[in-house]
Amino acid sequence: MSSSVETTPAVRKTALNAVHRRMGAKMVEFNGWDMPVEYPATGGLIAEHLAVRTRAGVFDVSHMGDIRIAGPQALEATQHISMNDASRLAVGQAQYSALLYPQGTFVDDVIVHRLGEREFLLVINAGTREKDFNWVRDNVRGFDCTAQNLSDDFTQIAIQGPQGHALLQKLTSADLAAVKFYWFTHGTVCGLKNILIARTGYTAEDGFEIYVPADEATSARVWNEVLEAGKEFNALPCGLGARNTLRLEGRLPLYGHEISDSINVWEAGLDRFCKMEKGEFVGRAALERARAAGVKRTLIGLEMVERGIARDGYKVQDQAGQEVGYVTSGSYAPFLKKNIALAYVPPRSAEMGTPLKVEIRGQGVGAKVVPTPFYKRPKKNL
Amino acid sequence: MAYPKNFKYTKEHEWIKADGGTATVGITTYAQESLGDIVFVELPKVGAELSAGKSFGTVESVKAVSDLYAPASGTVTEVNQDLATAPEKINSDAHGSWMIKLKLKDPKELNALLSADDYEKFVAEETH
Repeated sequence: MSSSVETTPAVRKTALNAVHRRMGAKMVEFNGWDMPVEYPATGGLIAEHLAVRTRAGVFDVSHMGDIRIAGPQALEATQHISMNDASRLAVGQAQYSALLYPQGTFVDDVIVHRLGEREFLLVINAGTREKDFNWVRDNVRGFDCTAQNLSDDFTQIAIQGPQGHALLQKLTSADLAAVKFYWFTHGTVCGLKNILIARTGYTAEDGFEIYVPADEATSARVWNEVLEAGKEFNALPCGLGARNTLRLEGRLPLYGHEISDSINVWEAGLDRFCKMEKGEFVGRAALERARAAGVKRTLIGLEMVERGIARDGYKVQDQAGQEVGYVTSGSYAPFLKKNIALAYVPPRSAEMGTPLKVEIRGQGVGAKVVPTPFYKRPKKNL
Repeated sequence: MAYPKNFKYTKEHEWIKADGGTATVGITTYAQESLGDIVFVELPKVGAELSAGKSFGTVESVKAVSDLYAPASGTVTEVNQDLATAPEKINSDAHGSWMIKLKLKDPKELNALLSADDYEKFVAEETH
């Protein structure tokens, strides 16, 4: 065993853990992290979800990890390990992408930020931090660059929702209007210089994510100032519960659910983030073969037409009651006020409008295939 | 938080209020608090036979699915249909939002359940 392999400690806490507890947050363990699932004192999950859709919500997402790749061949290395085309990124731009196994299945999905001509920042998932870093480090070995795990350096706060822009603008000298969706800048936030401010998020809403130093005092100060600045917008602190329902309405994949080490890019429907024409990358050859062979299952959106809520892992049946697939994520959707789900089924069951059933407590409950994303934010008239 | 003294309680967080040979059943304030926003309730039909301690339905919040357990045996005589369309009423008034009414098989079964004071102690331990 190599001594430099990173392992996962027992239960982790973000720098804001004590703050969440003081706010009376309901805490849960998520991927080895002790995280707020909702804040009952300010209204709870549904109120939080609606705040993000209509006003603003503030999330502690410091459990997300960060990997910096820098050096003369940082671009080549990033191209090699990720499926999107990082060469298309300008400095200051970000893209959704994924790290793949040679089988064309997912190590993780990531957001790649181009910090400089030869410097990239990969934002990765909490549950896959160590796996991702070990994988990245091993796979960039042949390139003249370094991979650094910066996961513990940042407190990452997401400010999401139509008023997120106005809220954050009160706390920064950076001109946020000049930062387009999936671009980022550096600026002073709450008096802290050179803070990474990215117009990204996981809510299917406009919003920003800021990366501040991870010490507890600074983290708590920034968190409190953000919430204070949010008061005039009725912004709410939001937990992982709302984060999950928001991303589900927007059909944003969650590792271990819609994507995993046994699901490939075509099945997950992430084709437009996979640039086969850019040249070699890990997983490309297998994806080429998989595409020629055709997919056996595909990710669909379901809406329940009968009473019942589809949950993760429930079986999907055809009209005759024959099992055809399974639910990857399912919930009541607080903004749409419907019971929705994402599921894997064979292409023959994936046509829009196809009536299917979800097995709930032994009973087939009616559902139908609907277009995704379930929710799309309204386009702003600028 | 006030747990009515004239109710009895289960360790699974149901309440039952007996009135002679009939009873009303719901879930406690503590239960709705730990579930969070309730969005779905599945209840038995009138005429269903329930046995004490056995599941008689389901309550779901956005995050969680939870079984409902019968505090006592008996026959369902009435079901609160309001909860099918407005399950959030349980969040706003758990002790006022009854789920089912029962014709009790044996009213003495209730003697085995927790009093308001005992239930409050039980909950305090559970949250610890």
